[in-house]
Amino acid sequence: MEKFTVHTGVGVPLRRSNVDTDQIIPAEYLKRVTRHGYEDALFSAWRKDPDFVLNQPRYSLASVLVAGPDFGTGSSREHAVWALQDYGFKVVLSSRFADIFRGNAGKGGLVAAQVEESVIERLWEVLESHPGAEITVDLVECRVKSERIDEPFVIDEYVRWRLLEGLDDIGISLKHEVAIEDFEARRPEYLPTTA
Amino acid sequence: MAKTLAEKVWESHVVARAEGEPDLLYIDLHLVHEVTSPQAFDGLRAANRKVRRPDLTMATEDHNVPTMDIDKPIADPISRTQVETLRRNCAEFEVPLFSLGNVEQGIVHVVGPQLGLTQPGMTVVCGDSHTSTHGAFGALAFGIGTSEVEHVLATQTLPLKPFKTMAVTVNGKLPDGVTAKDLILAVIAQIGTGGGQGYVLEYRGEAIEALSMEARMTICNMSIEAGARAGMIAPDETTFEFLKGRERAPSGQAWDEAVAAWRELATDDDATFDAEVIVDASSLSPFVTWGTNPGQGLPLSASVPDPQDFDNDADRTAAQRAIEYMGLTAGMPLRDITVDTVFLGSCTNGRIEDLRAAAQVLEGRKVADGVTMLVVPGSVRVRLEAEAEGLDQIFTQAGAQWRQAGCSMCLAMNPDKLTPGERSASTSNRNFEGRQGPGGRTHLVSPQVAAATAVTGHLSAPADLVNA
Repeated sequence: MEKFTVHTGVGVPLRRSNVDTDQIIPAEYLKRVTRHGYEDALFSAWRKDPDFVLNQPRYSLASVLVAGPDFGTGSSREHAVWALQDYGFKVVLSSRFADIFRGNAGKGGLVAAQVEESVIERLWEVLESHPGAEITVDLVECRVKSERIDEPFVIDEYVRWRLLEGLDDIGISLKHEVAIEDFEARRPEYLPTTA
Repeated sequence: MAKTLAEKVWESHVVARAEGEPDLLYIDLHLVHEVTSPQAFDGLRAANRKVRRPDLTMATEDHNVPTMDIDKPIADPISRTQVETLRRNCAEFEVPLFSLGNVEQGIVHVVGPQLGLTQPGMTVVCGDSHTSTHGAFGALAFGIGTSEVEHVLATQTLPLKPFKTMAVTVNGKLPDGVTAKDLILAVIAQIGTGGGQGYVLEYRGEAIEALSMEARMTICNMSIEAGARAGMIAPDETTFEFLKGRERAPSGQAWDEAVAAWRELATDDDATFDAEVIVDASSLSPFVTWGTNPGQGLPLSASVPDPQDFDNDADRTAAQRAIEYMGLTAGMPLRDITVDTVFLGSCTNGRIEDLRAAAQVLEGRKVADGVTMLVVPGSVRVRLEAEAEGLDQIFTQAGAQWRQAGCSMCLAMNPDKLTPGERSASTSNRNFEGRQGPGGRTHLVSPQVAAATAVTGHLSAPADLVNA
């Protein structure tokens, strides 16, 4: 995984709450068996509307999505994270993330940074009054910055460390091989197997 | 120290713990399906890793599979590729798989419990958010993403931060004609789609204890719709009775040992929860959704709300947008909403009791002209059991379509979908925009309401049919 420290990019205001993962990527696109190539799938139903924010040329280089509360609810599909990344997003800002989405984002290297709802409101105002405005997301200092905005964001400390280091989770767990074997030796015999 | 059910299961699965790091938790059962696994198997291959415990892993084909002509190759080439990829991966990594045509095939969350694989006190994961279903047995069961699927395949563990605990205490008795589905829809409307974020919900109280295992699975299934990763119910005699004699349940002396351990799992009397919600079961009535998230629900006797009546901007905007998308008008009685399609099935309501309840309403009645009703059993076993009881005859004589097992129209990855603007009453779990097909409109309902709605053509409860 690539290391993430500081990112500066064009912000896009998504003035919607409860953006569920079925909207981020409809089920039809989940039939693919690859890890990449989902940029066409991102918000595909909403993108049919010419007025949808991602269809506006002024936000065409966006890499920071600024969304309403309860972003990423519903289905566990990690494809939602992949579609955001394939489209070019590095960061999603929201005042509340669904748990599974937040976890998936951390695994995939997409920064899901939680800020106060009032910060989202202010960012929306900046991005709408100055389309193309950039937002800086500093994972080292845990701060989000834009015109006259310099606010803290919250991200799980362990996820932050992994993103900063660009570490593979499985490799970390496999260091506990002996502990896993010990645990397996202690498991009750009545537990079921699928074999 | 006094502990809750969730904390007991968590503590008994910690493999490694260190300051500033998540706990490394052992996973007792990993369920796999075709949609969220291909990239995980690719990851294993790329890193030259094996599946650590294929004997604690089980795969089934459910999301993509057709519910008609299952003896023919899957018509959609992309779906076919995905299913074939699962078959290849399971063969290569020696993971047991129930393919289309196998008597054990079905929706992953119906198959696990039916085999007795889901047992109290276990940790269960699957790359599917409705894994919370298995919490009905007192298991800690939650959905994971594809990276985590790969992690569990490789290590049989997951690094996790402890969840907070929330008691959902349901006092009193559910009135006649009010089901587990009505109860959970009412709970979600009360706490909101984000209300459970970061929590494991434990459903408890008189009304929960009175529920069958199948009804408990319906409740736990939809925990994710309130934002919670997992929902749990303490195991009791109802749980043990359900498990006894199942293929993968312990037997003989092992059964006695297991039951003794399971009895220890219930939340200690003096344990505390981080939050509590109290619901009065006796005040509930059939409940349906009017909007585009599962929290946008009301009693069937109510009317479509006026967005201006919501007390914050986000809810007002969401309601406005939902009413527009759903093609409704504020103030319209919910009972006046006419539907084109009725879908009975899914991991929420595709088990035998659900089919029985709907069949009881439909017996001797007809599906209204212009309404299509799809009945999709949750598994092949459910289908066979229903046929042995003659339920298929009741459905087909009423004019409903009797299909093969799978996820079907719950998420429209197979050919069963709504067309743009089409409206359904659905026993599934999500009413998101386009969930059942692009432009489709979904009202979430119980099996009984689904059946009554099929008869009248507009949202109805069985009580509305008495003189019909």
